[in-house]
Amino acid sequence: MSSVEQSKIRNFCIVAHIDHGKSTLADRIIEKTGLLTSREMQAQVLDNMDLERERGITIKAQAVRTVYHAKDGEEYIFNLIDTPGHVDFNYEVSRSLAACDGAILVVDAAQGIEAQTLANVYLALDHDLDVFPVINKIDLPSADPQRVIEEIEDVIGIEAQDAPLISAKNGIGIDEVLEQIVKKIPAPKGNPDNPLQALIFDSLYDSYKGVIIFCRIMEGTVKKGTTIRMMATGAKADVVEVGYFGAGQFIPCEELSAGMVGYITASIKNVKDTAVGDTVTDDNNPCAEALPGYKKVQSMVYCGLYPADGAKYPDLRDALEKLQLNDASLHYEPETSIALGFGFRCGFLGLLHLEIIQERLEREYNLDLVTTAPGVVYKVHKTNGEVIELTNPSNLPDPSEIEYMEEPIVSAEIMVTSEYIGPIMELCQERRGRYLGMEYIEGTRALLKYELPLNEIIYDFFDALKSRSRGYASFDYDIKGYEQASLVKLDILINREEVDALSFIVHADSAYERGRKMCEKLKEEIPRHLFEIPIQAAVGGKIIARETVKAMRKDVLAKCYGGDITRKKKLLEKQKEGKKRMRQIGSVEIPQKAFMSVLKLDDKK
Amino acid sequence: MKKLELYFHIPFCVRKCLYCDFLSAPAAEETKDAYMEALLQEIRGRAETYREYLVDTVFIGGGTPSVVNALWIERLLETVYQCFSVSEKAEISIEVNPGTVDGEKLYRYFAAGVNRLSIGLQSANDEELKGLGRIHSWQEFLETYRLAVEAGFCNINVDIMSALPGQSTDSYCLTLEKVLKLTPQPAHISAYSLIVEEGTPFAEMDKKGALQLPDEECERQMYKRTEEMLKRHGYERYEISNYAKEGYACRHNCGYWRRVEYAGFGIGAASLVDNKRFQNGRSLADYLANPLGCRGHIQELSEKEQMEEFLFLGLRMTEGVEENGFWDAFGKTLTEVYGAVIEKNIADGLLEYRNPEADRGRRLVLTERGLDISNYVMAQFLFD
Repeated sequence: MSSVEQSKIRNFCIVAHIDHGKSTLADRIIEKTGLLTSREMQAQVLDNMDLERERGITIKAQAVRTVYHAKDGEEYIFNLIDTPGHVDFNYEVSRSLAACDGAILVVDAAQGIEAQTLANVYLALDHDLDVFPVINKIDLPSADPQRVIEEIEDVIGIEAQDAPLISAKNGIGIDEVLEQIVKKIPAPKGNPDNPLQALIFDSLYDSYKGVIIFCRIMEGTVKKGTTIRMMATGAKADVVEVGYFGAGQFIPCEELSAGMVGYITASIKNVKDTAVGDTVTDDNNPCAEALPGYKKVQSMVYCGLYPADGAKYPDLRDALEKLQLNDASLHYEPETSIALGFGFRCGFLGLLHLEIIQERLEREYNLDLVTTAPGVVYKVHKTNGEVIELTNPSNLPDPSEIEYMEEPIVSAEIMVTSEYIGPIMELCQERRGRYLGMEYIEGTRALLKYELPLNEIIYDFFDALKSRSRGYASFDYDIKGYEQASLVKLDILINREEVDALSFIVHADSAYERGRKMCEKLKEEIPRHLFEIPIQAAVGGKIIARETVKAMRKDVLAKCYGGDITRKKKLLEKQKEGKKRMRQIGSVEIPQKAFMSVLKLDDKK
Repeated sequence: MKKLELYFHIPFCVRKCLYCDFLSAPAAEETKDAYMEALLQEIRGRAETYREYLVDTVFIGGGTPSVVNALWIERLLETVYQCFSVSEKAEISIEVNPGTVDGEKLYRYFAAGVNRLSIGLQSANDEELKGLGRIHSWQEFLETYRLAVEAGFCNINVDIMSALPGQSTDSYCLTLEKVLKLTPQPAHISAYSLIVEEGTPFAEMDKKGALQLPDEECERQMYKRTEEMLKRHGYERYEISNYAKEGYACRHNCGYWRRVEYAGFGIGAASLVDNKRFQNGRSLADYLANPLGCRGHIQELSEKEQMEEFLFLGLRMTEGVEENGFWDAFGKTLTEVYGAVIEKNIADGLLEYRNPEADRGRRLVLTERGLDISNYVMAQFLFD
């Protein structure tokens, strides 16, 4: 019953600039289509579905299968695959796109093409997807669909005259979109009788089923009992269940064959075994080669995570363990800081990934965290020939033992409209970028190529790029390799005591500037104490910057009447509460957020 | 009989000052009349509850209570005498502002039983007065002061403010000097430093950077000078912002810090009775509709909350808190409850024990430095 004819399947995604209406359109498509084919309706699944409901498993909104009754009288299966939208997850995006045969491009009828529109379309075209445009928000007073259609044809060079003019919000024109999905997105290819070859585009850990692999079957067929093998990681397992994605549920079916999108479970215990981009094959009848494009996911950014309350260390460890089950790109190992006590050094794909994990720990696991300044992985070549991969600045060997250091470099491509080329080049210059070249794409759009040190882009490069180009620049990068650089460790002393959790690695040329800003920032963050507190930045024991938090002089409620007593109590309570969010270091109380202040140094806009 | 303090709130003024966040506004005569009528109703309606008490102080505050017709103040006090047992030595205060009283009005207050007058001056500099949005000049204050003395008042308080926008230490000291040259010298001086409160025009101006407030150092200096100058003229600083000649400390306000029970009447008025704090609603319309139906926000104080108050209120006074008083109130020694906090703050030079008196035991007081940063000290007396 799952052997749907290939010609009736459409696998696609939606690409758009942020806020152009991608998720609203996705909602409308799901609403306007059914969950089951008429054949499936009468047949097997209902009881299974009930079971799923009882277990209450909900799926990540990563993919959904719906059934569309087209005007030609046929039923089509739509697999709508969602793609994350941030450079941190570029690799995941590319794997999701690789699972599709086509893409809907949503463009705002008023705003027209924007930076992300281009970046996303090019990414889709790179994966040989057939892209058709949809003009959204035509009901806005400022909508100008004809201009936008021309812009799409001129700038992107795809046919747009018959683009559906829609309002996803008000449900206008959705039928036409559904018809065009049938007509313009090609049916998948692949032979169900060939050896199994399936692309993993996501996976998730479920405590009941183990790892659930999200995949697109390129060739062959997989069903319960098939012994599968992940070609890159080598992990093997027997398939327990296959199925597809209902709205919010996993719906089991008998088999998945070439062209289909669905899930596989095989009692796999760890998502590390099912890396995104890996190829699933039949161990007994393997395919000749893996699908192209697999990359091992590496942590790019490291930082220390500490529980604000030291007693919560075991809770943090448990939470990280659980998160890792679901997120193969999260790495962590225990570490100890003099200032912060027991915690973990954690590795992330990028800063957004870091923020997501941090937020999940705080919200889902109710932990109060202190996060230290993020850094990249440096290679330290010691005079004795040893090479260390440094993820924590505190572990930097004594300068006398260091021969030289290397830092990771990325190749970056920045697409920008011509009026912003100047400011963007200036930004890249400030960030120690090496200019490689520039190509004009159209008359007004250029592609800048730079090599940039990763540690210059992990904090706020993306934000700076957006603000200096008024949102009109898009950015992509690949890790190129390591290069020797003149790097130093910047230490921060508070009340003459070095605070290890505030140390970071910085290029020698920017040490003074960063040290000065860091001191200024900390001066703002640290509240006044009864005594004066010097804040110093030092490189190799030499003080390069200093600020002082003056002693507390006045903190008094001059006026207080009978009616004010409840109010006064509240004020005192607030004051006391504030103190709780502090970290005691020596005799100084430092607010937790101060440990992240290094992130906010580059606030030039 | 247990002591009780009465507070009456008159929420009217001629014009709102730019820094004022009190419950007060200009109003039509009919509104004022209706309000005063309602206030009398509330007093009559509630007085029965306080049969067991002897009224020790009465405070008519606002707003500017002197904006209502003198007849209302007379009727208010008449009602108080009718409904409550009032001590013969009761302290009866009213707040007035220059420009809202004449000789007759002041005389009628005096005749009605008011024996303490609190005059809002704030500054002796007309520019500064204008900057604050006050309705009067220094000259008008002088006139009011003279009339008050003539009417028979000898217990007069003058309110002044420091840290005003654009104010220098010299200009502030000039205000102090002028006040000290009054004949007779006022018995009491309240010297507050300006606090820019949320929701006031000053807060808006401050956000826009339009208020040139003196820096912290300057503000401290003004405070120090106040203490020095007033001390030289025989005033004792008995509370963070209050100074008085011997015997003239405001009993009503001291009651707040000593947790004497008090009952408030009128909109927004707060009360502390039987270790419950409660407050009337702030809506004038609701109050006029039903003056007895507006009590709310009742908060029953736990023993811990009472201890917290004992400390953070008591420490506002320079006499501090008595160890024996704490024991009498809670049956626990001060040190067994707060030993660690006290020790730490003594070590930091913010608290000290004074005057070991044979019968009352030691008193815990804020040091001079402790007074400067009293919030920091007081917050530590709150329990987790």
